[in-house]
Amino acid sequence: MAVPTSSSVDLSAALVLGPTTVADWLVILPVAWCFAIGALLVMLRRAIGLHPIIAVAGLAGLVLIDALLLAHVATKGPVTMVMGRWLPPFGIAFTVDLTGALFALVAAIVALAGGIFSLADINDSGRRYGFYPFLMLLMAGVSGAFLTGDVFNLYVWFEVLLISSFGLLVLGSEPEQIDGTVKYGFLNLVATTLFLVATGYLYAVFGTLNMADIARKAESLRSGAPLMTLTALYVLAFGMKAAAFPVNFWLPASYHTPRVVVSALFAGLLTKVGIYALIRVMVMLFPVEREELSFVMALAGALTMIVGVLGALAQTDFRRILGYLVVSGIGSMLAGIAVGGPGGIGGAIFYALHSMLVMTGLYFAAGIAARLGGGSSIATVSGLYRKNVGFAALTLMLCFAVSGLPPFSGFWPKVMLVKAALDIGAWWLAATLLLAGFCTVIATGRLFLLAYWRDDAGAAVETVRLPSTVLAPLAALSLLTLGIGLYPEPLLATIQSAATGLAEPSAYLNSVFPAGGLQ
Amino acid sequence: MKSVIFRTVAPFLTSLMTLFSIFVLLRGHNEPGGGFIGGLIAVSGLAIYGIAHGVETVRHAIYFHPLAIAGAGLFAATVAGLISLYAHVPFMTGLWIYPSFFGVEMPLSTVMLFDTGVYLVVVGSISSVALSLEERGGE
Amino acid sequence: MEAWFALLVGIFFTVAVYLMLSKFIIRVLLGVAVLGNAVNLLIFTGGRLTRGVPPVIADSADALDGPAANALPQALILTAIVISFSFFAFLLVLAWRAYEDLSTDNTDGMRVAEPVKEPMPPLGY
Repeated sequence: MAVPTSSSVDLSAALVLGPTTVADWLVILPVAWCFAIGALLVMLRRAIGLHPIIAVAGLAGLVLIDALLLAHVATKGPVTMVMGRWLPPFGIAFTVDLTGALFALVAAIVALAGGIFSLADINDSGRRYGFYPFLMLLMAGVSGAFLTGDVFNLYVWFEVLLISSFGLLVLGSEPEQIDGTVKYGFLNLVATTLFLVATGYLYAVFGTLNMADIARKAESLRSGAPLMTLTALYVLAFGMKAAAFPVNFWLPASYHTPRVVVSALFAGLLTKVGIYALIRVMVMLFPVEREELSFVMALAGALTMIVGVLGALAQTDFRRILGYLVVSGIGSMLAGIAVGGPGGIGGAIFYALHSMLVMTGLYFAAGIAARLGGGSSIATVSGLYRKNVGFAALTLMLCFAVSGLPPFSGFWPKVMLVKAALDIGAWWLAATLLLAGFCTVIATGRLFLLAYWRDDAGAAVETVRLPSTVLAPLAALSLLTLGIGLYPEPLLATIQSAATGLAEPSAYLNSVFPAGGLQ
Repeated sequence: MKSVIFRTVAPFLTSLMTLFSIFVLLRGHNEPGGGFIGGLIAVSGLAIYGIAHGVETVRHAIYFHPLAIAGAGLFAATVAGLISLYAHVPFMTGLWIYPSFFGVEMPLSTVMLFDTGVYLVVVGSISSVALSLEERGGE
Repeated sequence: MEAWFALLVGIFFTVAVYLMLSKFIIRVLLGVAVLGNAVNLLIFTGGRLTRGVPPVIADSADALDGPAANALPQALILTAIVISFSFFAFLLVLAWRAYEDLSTDNTDGMRVAEPVKEPMPPLGY
């Protein structure tokens, strides 16, 4: 039997022997919490009336846990918890630094907004099909991806969120959804397989999968190992997940087909997980290779921005316009990663957080617009401004935010990115950023002009009241972007120290290997 | 399936396979076996029963919906990890207790709870797929 | 030994990429299945091949008494196999549904979500 016997082997090199505090548990709690709630919902499959209540309460709990985690990390620095007491590099480690905690918190806020919005958007058949369990499992995958400190574990979380996203995407099983899911499914599977290929090579070269261990060993291995190949594979894999040009076409082909709340959550969460993974791998693990690849990435970023806005200008469907705007935003983040330095990386992180909030809000707006106007084509929908002024005002705020106009949250990351690009002399990148912003103004302006301000010829328009479960998430996200835009200092300071922590990961390494660890 | 021999043997075969699956599950801590493979054996047993006596009979026999079983398994596995919180050790650390039943010492552990969870997840999810495919095939 | 495995992995990837470039969903699906196996073999080879020495500690000992086969790639592969199997099952059902609902397995014909002829956007205000 497995009775711990006293032996001559020194266990302190392999096991955590000291007690773990409750605060350390915050590292694993977001994932375990989501799994527990998701499993509970699957068990209660008959009681679909309880699903929304449990899920929304669970998501509110998740926001609270992530907020506590962020506060903990902000005061104590990166925290690590190893699974089953096995020290890295033997055990799987969850290591949370400021970047991971920030992403996890914003993701939880977005998911909570989505959970509230879904009360009106997902009907009984969607609930019976399992919308809420899938949502909780998706959040488990997203949280796990943001919090893990192990590359293979990151792959597993990618798959967890991918399989949940498949379930959410086909919810309803209409032909358009099947069509969109085919493209989404195959291309994302290829992307994650590429990620696995890269991870296989990574293991072959390093003999470890722990991120801190890799960051530590990369320096000495750099001269002899094909780290450039590895990094290029990671760029392609994560670029595909993030929908960067030229591997972005699955996104606009699928994001307009599912239920509105599903599109909103995907736009807010999934591509940003790709961006987060790219930042983590490029900045923390392979900084030298990032430097060498920066021109390629800057070019890809610039083309992604331009292709995104051009697509948005060409579309007439509200949600398809938004799909292209998501792509365009990804371009800005890529540009930030390519430029590097605290300004570039900080700008990319800030832009990603801003984009999570704003794109989710805009998809909510698209859903409400379809509900008010009876369609999603801006060629036919009109007069939304007359129907509900408050809703129109909230949408306008989000349109300003996504275009990067002050005083909303999109302004500051754009300033950071343009300044960082100018600082390294990449004027063309700064110009592309500004041009993309300008075209986004035109695209959203056209959207607002046609769908909101244009009046129906002759028809008398009545004011339509909207239920608060629909309006409250939209209002919360809009006001959050306004708040960040007006008072960005605390967030800006946190992001700056997050970016510094990524570029110089000594605190991260110390948290994983407190005593220096095995060499 | 019309074969009388198969229909007669199927219940015995299924009960035997279920018993064997539990044996494999419990054996799994130190020797080959475990929740995943045990679950697959149990699902094979259920599938045989379904081929012999129809999917409805199987659904009736296992009482809970397969997905509810999978959910219970996932919950058990998560709880197995969370128990470590009270022992002040990291997530998923194996914890053991040795209660005596009628003079026999029974080693119980969170590892076993986790493995049972995996077993239930596999039984639930794979039998859900298998049963629905059998239903389609029988049309 | 590793060199032969590398060659085999290369052949697997070639087959997978060739199949995935097809227009027909069913071939793409087969390509995805082969791709999954190619990656598993890659990880297996990447973990270095050691023959005939299982990493099992004898009852009387506390540690392995020499180099043994690397067990970690097998754990990674097992995870990857379970994942790729479930994805393959999902995509197979999805391809079947697509074939039923869209009555084609040619990706060129799958234009329901993105119609070919769309009305012009309003040109004036």
